[in-house]
Amino acid sequence: MSAIGPVAAAVFRESVRDKVFYNLVLFGVLLVGASIVIGQLTAGQDVKIIKDLGLAATSLFGLFIAIFIGINLVSKEVERRSVYPLLAKPITRPQFIAGKYAGLLLTLLVNLAVMTVALYTVLYFLARGIPAPIQGAWDAPALDPALLKAVAMIFLELSVVTAVALFFSTYSSPMLSAIFTLGVYVVGQFNAELKRFDAIVDSPAAIAVAKACYYVLPDFSRFDVKLAVVHGVPVPGAFMAASAAYAAAYVAALLFGAMVIFARRDFK
Amino acid sequence: MRGPAAAAALCLAAAVALHAAIDRWPAPAVDTPGLLYVRSPEAARRAALSYRGIAADVYWIRALQHFGSERLAGPGHVKDYSLLYPLLDLATTLDPYFSIAYRFGSIFLGEPYPGGPGRPDLAIALLKKGLAAQPAKWQYMQDLGFVYYWHLHDYHAAAEAFQRASEMPGAPNWMRPLAAVTLAEGGHRNASRALWTELAKSEEPWLRDSAVLRLAQLDAMDTMEAWKRAKDQGLNLPIPNDPSGTPFVLNPATGGIIVSPQSKLYPLPGQLEPPR
Repeated sequence: MSAIGPVAAAVFRESVRDKVFYNLVLFGVLLVGASIVIGQLTAGQDVKIIKDLGLAATSLFGLFIAIFIGINLVSKEVERRSVYPLLAKPITRPQFIAGKYAGLLLTLLVNLAVMTVALYTVLYFLARGIPAPIQGAWDAPALDPALLKAVAMIFLELSVVTAVALFFSTYSSPMLSAIFTLGVYVVGQFNAELKRFDAIVDSPAAIAVAKACYYVLPDFSRFDVKLAVVHGVPVPGAFMAASAAYAAAYVAALLFGAMVIFARRDFK
Repeated sequence: MRGPAAAAALCLAAAVALHAAIDRWPAPAVDTPGLLYVRSPEAARRAALSYRGIAADVYWIRALQHFGSERLAGPGHVKDYSLLYPLLDLATTLDPYFSIAYRFGSIFLGEPYPGGPGRPDLAIALLKKGLAAQPAKWQYMQDLGFVYYWHLHDYHAAAEAFQRASEMPGAPNWMRPLAAVTLAEGGHRNASRALWTELAKSEEPWLRDSAVLRLAQLDAMDTMEAWKRAKDQGLNLPIPNDPSGTPFVLNPATGGIIVSPQSKLYPLPGQLEPPR
């Protein structure tokens, strides 16, 4: 276990060195700029739109980081041949994979935390000075703590996306890994449709394949509670816990798979 | 490195100067019809992946801009609100809880031509869609009542909608008497004034503004009737201003006065029909 920490710290440091956190500046500018412009474009929906925009940007920026850094986590080390001296050190291949994953997850966590603080700050300034009766007519208060639930679910989604990217990164080129990961992400958004495949297709074989895909592929749509949170619709704790358990199981499966593949790779 | 940097700065300056020069010869204006690339709300919902909230906001802003630009377009432009309902339908399919899109959207759709498309039928369809998504939302039922009352003059349907709204959780106390007043005095201006006076107390600024406009229109109707009565009795009164401050104009057909097309209150309900 002790070897995982240094590998994770190295991934985090590399993210800082690669200026990954510059996206936070873009996020801040986007939110502040939008909060100024949105008021001129909409009919009193500034807070709702800033919440939508903030959560969508948090998810999208995180997705790009998870995919484009995740696909390089292992393949870049192999390409640069820096994996040889690394594996010569007292570190096992599974530890190497786990450390890489933990490092990127830490990067995403810091990223999400800063974006969340920025979102709450913009919402605070947007809602300041608006009379209480008008705020009372909103679906949810501007500084609604439930926004954190949406952010937590985005983090769960990104942790699965990162695991998918890392899994492909252990045996494929960065380009193919990016295509595969993006493909799994998009298919995962439509996962619920596969369950209802029998409503449009008669073939029992096709229905069986669709059902199998439904259970095997990650269901990313279940991590999306952004709309519910923005409209003040309660998100039950049991649903959050079940989603967290599902994400943990999926991530564990992908990481173990990545470890098996990486352990079998011949670097001689 | 200084050479290329200076060249880049020089080229950028030239581009800026050319841009400013080109602006002196504006491109010929073409009155092109609006375009909607995605018409199927279901296709838009799928294409938006997990970003349906922000996609709904974009369509909502487009609906506002479409309505505003058509409404404020100058003379010579045939006002065409044909994209309004598809845009609102897209916004509310992407975000089924988008309250303002249903409520404000139904006001836009019901607005008589040329101030709006004059389509209360679509306003009703939009509000019924909202009620299907949120059956306990009394505000949608109340808005439905207003569309029946104000645009369709179907006072029984309006009273029924107000009655059903009053039975929903959280509905204000005045909703039940409103249903009774609508049924008893349907078509009377006093009942209409009671409806809009209640709405003018709303927390929503846009709803308040709309109610204030309707109340001003009712006042204008009162003035028009009083002026015509006085004229019929042989009195020679000057042409007054309407409540927005714009002078009324003479209506040669009736000998009375009507709201000027330049007035903020134009058109009064039933004054104009949209082109078919």
